[in-house]
Amino acid sequence: MKAKVHVTLKPGVLDPQGKAIHHALGALGFQGVEEVRQGKVIELELAETDRARAEAALDEMCRKLLANTVIENYAIELTD
Amino acid sequence: MRSAVIVFPGSNREMDMVAALEQASGKKPALVFHKDTELPEVDLIVLPGGFSHGDYLRAGAMAARSPVMAEVRRRAEKGVPVLGVCNGFQILTEAGLLPGALMRNASLRFVCKNVTLRCENAQTLFTGAMEAGQRMTVPCAHMDGNYFADADTMKRLEDSGGIAFRYVDGEGRTTEEANPNGSLDNVAGVFNETKTVLGLMPHPEDATDPLHGGTDGRALFHGLAEALA
Amino acid sequence: MTDTTKTPGITPEIVAEHGLKPEEYRKVLEIMGREPNLVELGIFSVMWSEHCSYKSSKVWLKKLPTQGPQVICGPGENAGVVDIGDGMAAIFKIESHNHPSFIEPYQGAATGVGGILRDVFTMGARPIMNLNALRFGSPDHPKTRHLVSGVVAGIGGYGNCVGIPTVAGEVNFHPAYNGNILVNAMTVGLAPADRIFYSAAAGAGNPVVYVGSKTGRDGIHGATMASAEFGEDSEEKRPTVQVGDPFTEKLLIEACLELMATDAIVAIQDMGAAGLTSSSFEMASKGGVGVELDLDRVPLREEGMTPYEIMLSESQERMLMVIKPGREELTRGIFEKWDLDFAVIGRLTETGKMVLRWHGEVAGELPIDPLALASPEYDRPWTPTTPPPPLDPASLPERDPLEALETLIGCPDLASRRWIWEQYDHLVMGNTVVRPGADAGVVRLPAECGGGKKGLAAKVDCTPRYCLADPVQGGRQAVAEACRNLYAVGARPLAVTNNLNFGNPEKPEIMGQLVGCLQGMGEACRALGAPVVSGNVSLYNETEGKAILPTPTIGAIGLVEDVARIPGAGLAEAGLALVLLGRTRGELGQSLYLREIEGREEGAPPPVDLEAERAAGELLLALIAKGRVSACHDLSDGGLLVAAAEMALAGTVGCALDVPGETPKTAWLFGEDQGRYLLAVRDADAILSAAEAAGVPAVRVGETGGDALKLSDGSAISVASLRRAHEGWLPAYMAAELAAE
Repeated sequence: MKAKVHVTLKPGVLDPQGKAIHHALGALGFQGVEEVRQGKVIELELAETDRARAEAALDEMCRKLLANTVIENYAIELTD
Repeated sequence: MRSAVIVFPGSNREMDMVAALEQASGKKPALVFHKDTELPEVDLIVLPGGFSHGDYLRAGAMAARSPVMAEVRRRAEKGVPVLGVCNGFQILTEAGLLPGALMRNASLRFVCKNVTLRCENAQTLFTGAMEAGQRMTVPCAHMDGNYFADADTMKRLEDSGGIAFRYVDGEGRTTEEANPNGSLDNVAGVFNETKTVLGLMPHPEDATDPLHGGTDGRALFHGLAEALA
Repeated sequence: MTDTTKTPGITPEIVAEHGLKPEEYRKVLEIMGREPNLVELGIFSVMWSEHCSYKSSKVWLKKLPTQGPQVICGPGENAGVVDIGDGMAAIFKIESHNHPSFIEPYQGAATGVGGILRDVFTMGARPIMNLNALRFGSPDHPKTRHLVSGVVAGIGGYGNCVGIPTVAGEVNFHPAYNGNILVNAMTVGLAPADRIFYSAAAGAGNPVVYVGSKTGRDGIHGATMASAEFGEDSEEKRPTVQVGDPFTEKLLIEACLELMATDAIVAIQDMGAAGLTSSSFEMASKGGVGVELDLDRVPLREEGMTPYEIMLSESQERMLMVIKPGREELTRGIFEKWDLDFAVIGRLTETGKMVLRWHGEVAGELPIDPLALASPEYDRPWTPTTPPPPLDPASLPERDPLEALETLIGCPDLASRRWIWEQYDHLVMGNTVVRPGADAGVVRLPAECGGGKKGLAAKVDCTPRYCLADPVQGGRQAVAEACRNLYAVGARPLAVTNNLNFGNPEKPEIMGQLVGCLQGMGEACRALGAPVVSGNVSLYNETEGKAILPTPTIGAIGLVEDVARIPGAGLAEAGLALVLLGRTRGELGQSLYLREIEGREEGAPPPVDLEAERAAGELLLALIAKGRVSACHDLSDGGLLVAAAEMALAGTVGCALDVPGETPKTAWLFGEDQGRYLLAVRDADAILSAAEAAGVPAVRVGETGGDALKLSDGSAISVASLRRAHEGWLPAYMAAELAAE
């Protein structure tokens, strides 16, 4: 089973990277970009075939390692 | 040798570079801001170390697309020598002026320590004051210095004398322990096809004074000053 | 009042959540002459917080020596300023970021570095070196690895990116820090002595200017949870961890220094803890003026922020300035060149009041002087610590000293910190003369200071286990050891900064530790001619009623007259004599040997003889200036044998040590008697006679050579074995990270 984990900064947490990218896009002439927030996508392949168990395992992975829940949110997407 | 050092927002070793260039050439380099679109007439363009744009997105990615880089590219195409050190090397690969890419260190940690370099090609205007196989101790200080290129590119570099420096141990061997960042084949620096653009991760500019870190870095700057006098 | 500041009335709960005691709140009512609104209460709360007001420590801090011919500016400004000659000044300070680093180690440590950098460049200095003093819990504690990893990466991540070399530091592990780690960061900067910038605002009508990053909801203190009562979408409004942006800080440094080269600035202050509130309040209060702020003009990162949040936000990389009228466009030009926000957000007034405007109405109005002058000051009850009786060395069992050495040199408190400092760029700026791992970091000063011969040395030190056993001796020792580390690299101590990390001051025994440490510190600073010019206090470092060890970290700076004469810390040549400066009685009380080998933490710590410290230091400076010292290292944790081993490890040859019979062997080799140095010299007789003339005890204790450390009884241990033990521990400990989690 394949999964994608999207890790994003929590609302309100300063995102220096997003800010710098936003600025650089403006400098390259891309107008109308109102906000940029940078996150991470982590792709996983799991041996687990049961969706519920996979989700539970992924949730634990996110809490323990993949995301820093002090400043980050995560979303789990099972892709097949 | 007239030189220009490009200052990006977040550059932080530009003054180290200025001091090394001045020591070798006797001439103060021009400092050129990244927003400038023109460059003075110079014999050498240098992209210094630092964290341009915070190294956000990818190290060197945003600096490679800044206004001054269009002019750097034009000069490089005309054959004006360009040297990129550390972040400068990252910018040159992001700009496509050098092959390959610099990825996160294999340790995933920033590394600041002395490394030993072996000169792999002494037949260039950058390395004229060195001998092939000569070893130099210079510091490195980076988070993303892990050189990668695909197999074809590596072969082309190897066959054409495109590899400038490798990390080696005290006996001159390319061991894993001597490699500070996991670079493919211990590559520390590469040339472009015409050997007029050089990028390297370590900092020869921080090894030009016996009181701080030795003088092994002088060979690069003295060689350049002689070749471009 | 506008809707956004309307509150359900200030209840005793809200007052308590703002950390104000009922009697403090009564004083608030008295000053205001009415009930404050929430914005005003928040401002009182932060201005009277321990952090801003030093209410528990002020009485005692006043007793520290802060003056001297070299002092240009003592405590009370953003940082201390001392004259280093040639028209230049060193500006420096240490500051804690303990709690945020425990919550989120990377960002907590990173923003700690960012904050202290701003304190220094705010005064007109270009930062030239960073240091840090770190205390973690037991290596066995499940959180320790994660905290070490995050804090080190955060310090490196910020300092490396800004491009300031991190040249020295210290790291200890002790279970007393399991629930309260300490992250103390220090910055030293350099400025022309006649171009120092201060924070006292002046000139009614002058514009108040905001520069740097935008304001978000970062780090609004815990009390803000009360503000949920006036918020609808509480998830969005939750206070958040401060995130550092070193890239913006780098731009801010360049922009500020560029502006400081003009005549535009009247006063400048960084927005640190309590952000816009404390910066504007302090600037106005110091200048005896009023201030009017138009909060609608503050650059904001998030929508729907309230005046309360704007005033209390701790968003990083921001500065507040008062500039001369007519210089707005010049200032704007410079900040826009560096892609930073710039806004005129208010002006100075003659009213003596702070007036906050929001959406055309008054969101808060507070009298400045009454609030500042009425800031609480407590003479808290305290009980002195009774020092334990001295330990009799003869009571300890005989052990093989070299086996003990191998254990000690690889124990968590003495093992090599290479794994840490290789993550810090310690070479950027190209002036680092003495790198981390030595007694003190040294950077060379620019050519305008003594033609490029001079250097500035710095070190942070404290031995908390001494402070716990005997706060007075511990306070003295922290200063003496920091200065000793300066002397060892040929630097004359100039001044110190202190970071007072303690538990809950409302407990008399904790307050007694603070009082004792400050007494000892003051005595040592007077004796060594190194006044305290800046500092920071971090109290309430307790978890479940258990306090940290008293940790009054000292950051000391000193001037090196000739960097070419700095002796190395390593033994680099065979056939040199080893000379021990200072008296050895064999003090094993509270020693590392006792703790690590015998598993005991007891006895009186070694006493500090301040006159002897000064005499030994001055003698060493004279010897170094004459080029008589090939290598030098101060004796501290682990005593003589550990110092000799460290010198062998830092160099290329080993050494042989005599073990005289008159002192018990263990006490001679591992005693932590203060005021001592181990020197490798060519001409031992010249050193011994110079020492005799100076009244400093000195004895020849061995010679350099070979590839082992040998004792006169014929036993030996190879330097290679010592190196394995010394270099092995930390990387192996940290490599177990993933396995452990």
